[in-house]
Amino acid sequence: MEESISNKNDFREGLLSGIPIAIGYAPVAIAFGLLAKATGLLLSETIAMSMFVFAGAAQYMALSMISLGAGTVEIITATFIVNIRHLLMSASLNERVESDHPLIKACYAFGITDEVFAVASARTDTPIRSMYVLGVGLVAYGSWVINSGVGYVAGALIPETVEESMGMALYALFIALLIPAVRQKGRIVISLAILGGAFHWLFSLFTTSGWALLLGALSAIAVMELTEMSTKRGGTS
Amino acid sequence: MNLFWIIIGMGIVTYIPRMIPLVTMSTENWPAWLKRMLQRVPYAILGALIFPGILEAHEQPILAVFAGIIAIALAYIGVHMIGVVLGGIVSLYFLQMMF
Repeated sequence: MEESISNKNDFREGLLSGIPIAIGYAPVAIAFGLLAKATGLLLSETIAMSMFVFAGAAQYMALSMISLGAGTVEIITATFIVNIRHLLMSASLNERVESDHPLIKACYAFGITDEVFAVASARTDTPIRSMYVLGVGLVAYGSWVINSGVGYVAGALIPETVEESMGMALYALFIALLIPAVRQKGRIVISLAILGGAFHWLFSLFTTSGWALLLGALSAIAVMELTEMSTKRGGTS
Repeated sequence: MNLFWIIIGMGIVTYIPRMIPLVTMSTENWPAWLKRMLQRVPYAILGALIFPGILEAHEQPILAVFAGIIAIALAYIGVHMIGVVLGGIVSLYFLQMMF
């Protein structure tokens, strides 16, 4: 009995934490719907893509590849390459979530976008509850799917100034997640974030967005680890 | 019909990297430094998600940066996540009206 009440609370908290993502996804999904229509997709295909793929960058890329006449295998391969970065996020989240039945983990794994990962792992209590991750993912997913449809049907009606300023939402969300961590854990978090941003920028000069993010994050944590090792060694000798 | 297979294929290759580590990975016997690195991933990712992307959040990058600074201030004084997001949107809206 107590277990189910606690599950309900975790789920509700997850839904609440998903709201900023839902707001942030709205303009991106609306623009996706609009672009899908311009590319010649049907409404059903547009919504199906958002329902089954749930990955912004990859879906945008697929649209541009479809309009260029790329083949099925090419598009699927490119999608895999862009989304392979989620391996790192899923592995990192796995360190922090409660152990649970593989089927439940497989279920919320579907919702692990960059943003859902960022919000879920900002949770300060460990282990992070399954129902919490599920709640965050569900709200983000709902916004993504519904707003893709809205964009397709009515995207052209939304004033440009509103849409442009809403483009700020996801960045404000990332800031809202980062600052409390900085206040709580101090310099290490700032260092990691600055290194992450710097390496991401550096790699984005040479490679595509998914890889730049993955390599940027990996480089940042590797450099951090090496720096700590060398200062520790320097301190003791 | 072709698009049907594209969507199914995209869905599968997106799901696999999200699912495999969560369902199959056991890090119990991993060395401490490797676990520590995994736990630090979120902060590095957050930094990478903010920069350089924020410079493309608006036609005039400087306006997005200003809105970002306002968001930092709001987050610093302890405003709730939803408030920071709305604050970021509203400040960018007014900034673009002004400049």
